Amino acid sequence: MPEPLLSIRDLCVDYVTARGHVRAVDSLNLDVMPGEILGVAGESGSGKSTLAQAILRTLPPPAVISRGTVRFEGRDLLELSEDELQKLRWKRISMVFQSAMDALNPVTTIGEQITDTIRAHENVSQAVADRRAGELLERVGIAADRRRSFAHQLSGGMRQRVGIALALALEPALVILDEPTTALDVIVEREILEQIRELQRQLGFAVMFITHDLARMLEFSDRVAVFYAARLAEAGPSKDMTTDPAHPYTRGLLKAFPRVHGAREELASIPGSPPSLQNPPAGCRFHPRCTQAVASCATDTPLLREVRPGHWAACPFAK
Amino acid sequence: MRYLLKRLGFYLVAAWAAVTINFFLPRLMPGDPATALFARFKGKLAPEAIDALRATFGLTEGPLWSQYLTYLSHVLRGEMGVSIAYFPAPVSQVIGTALGWTLFLAGSAVVLSFVIGSLLGVAAAWWRRGWVDTWLPSALVFAGALPYFWLAMAALYLFGFQLGWFPLGHAYADDSVPGWTLAFAVDVLRHAALPMFTIVLATLGGWLLSMRNTMISVLGSDYVNLARAKGLSPARVVLRYAARNALLPSVTSFGMALGFVLGGSLLTEIVFSYPGQGYLLVQAVRNQDYPLMQGIFLVITLAVLGANWVVDLVYLWLDARTRDSAS
Repeated sequence: MPEPLLSIRDLCVDYVTARGHVRAVDSLNLDVMPGEILGVAGESGSGKSTLAQAILRTLPPPAVISRGTVRFEGRDLLELSEDELQKLRWKRISMVFQSAMDALNPVTTIGEQITDTIRAHENVSQAVADRRAGELLERVGIAADRRRSFAHQLSGGMRQRVGIALALALEPALVILDEPTTALDVIVEREILEQIRELQRQLGFAVMFITHDLARMLEFSDRVAVFYAARLAEAGPSKDMTTDPAHPYTRGLLKAFPRVHGAREELASIPGSPPSLQNPPAGCRFHPRCTQAVASCATDTPLLREVRPGHWAACPFAK
Repeated sequence: MRYLLKRLGFYLVAAWAAVTINFFLPRLMPGDPATALFARFKGKLAPEAIDALRATFGLTEGPLWSQYLTYLSHVLRGEMGVSIAYFPAPVSQVIGTALGWTLFLAGSAVVLSFVIGSLLGVAAAWWRRGWVDTWLPSALVFAGALPYFWLAMAALYLFGFQLGWFPLGHAYADDSVPGWTLAFAVDVLRHAALPMFTIVLATLGGWLLSMRNTMISVLGSDYVNLARAKGLSPARVVLRYAARNALLPSVTSFGMALGFVLGGSLLTEIVFSYPGQGYLLVQAVRNQDYPLMQGIFLVITLAVLGANWVVDLVYLWLDARTRDSAS
């Protein structure tokens, strides 16, 4: 068994508000293996974007990491000083943001936003950094001279490609994709995902792919983790999850998405809506919406069990 | 480039409109302002003065349109007639001297206030709920809310009269010889320090608050978050990514403030008997010096337009988005 690249244990993130704490990530255990694509799925507000920012510790207040460890390449990221963290950020872990429209500085050129990143971490001249920025852009299919452009001069898809080029600038070991294709149409989305996959094959970085689109993710990832109301519901290999999901929530989710390949099926939505994290239900958080719930589900918090080799689910009835 | 010319064209039309209104306003008054003035001075005015007055108002013989053309050509050549209060000095010369002092005093005060206020706003937003953020905004807004003439007189009384640190008024000491010498420069600065300080104190709060508020929303934006995640130094994140964007709305207000420098430093110049534009305007009104008033209004209008044009230029340079929507 190889060492995990990133190993999250018992991680809790709270939003501290005047009306009390809201736990956005609750006692999370999750590993990312070197070179793998791990999908993280969940409805909006299930804590997945909070997780992404918690790993790099860029969460703005009032979010607070209240417990846990995030081990990465042998060090606990939560223990690092601000200086050590600043050196590690982007060099080892980079990120592609949800909205490419808003992730680029509107008043400087995209080239400058790549070169300043390179020069913040490597002792190279402006000319060298600038040439590398051009090469990075070409790598994602954008002409090198577009580095003199400003963000508003590019299309949505191009901006997201710039985001990817930027994420690869320092050849990191882990790239976190936080809903990288939400703002794009399906054709551009597919092109971008295929490009990421291709680059990942060439460069061998690991990917944490965060999305609410379970079907797309199962297709794209090696392994998948499903969030429900700040907790991990199920995690396992994509193939296994597609054919035989163990948690009732995952099953409900899969029925709610049309399959591109395979037989036509009736789409079914999960009744009800996700609980408020301010006042989550006791016991299993999914039980008010679960068709298989029994009395004990309302009182006992289910623990993650390994139901099959490498496949974990937080449901006492999962097989 | 085409955009700039278009803007320039717009400002030229606006300037023409202002000049034209300036021409017609006296003509809307009942009677002939020159004769009325002459009558009010009860023969104490030299006959040359009434001719000068008439020339100023364009009240020469001939139809209205030819008067208008005469007036326009005078304005274009910077001839605004002869001042009555400072007879026989031409209005352009009287305004020219005062304009220099106002530009120096109020101009540098506004720039100083903008720079310091914006930097404090950046600091307050970055160290949110720190001591800068907790104490300065309320203290400065308090200072800004005090009636300005009271603030200025209090400063004059305390630092000028009681403590004697600064001179009580005027632009330079009576025994100073104007010229490009160090001694004169020091003297001028000593005289400008207190009025400048009161203007800065009264306006700092506004700059601080507007910069702080925009900064806070910009600091929450994705691109600042990304800049942080990129491992850039905090200084670069704050200045290049956050402050650079948060500055844009303040630049607009700065242009407005710059334009109002000429008209707005009235109280300062009265309290500190500073020989600037505002002081001059009061003298003009007191002496019913219409040519001078007309000249001052014209200069103020042109200054506001000029400042706006400069802000247009600065904006183009600061924000590429305006460059593209412009062409």
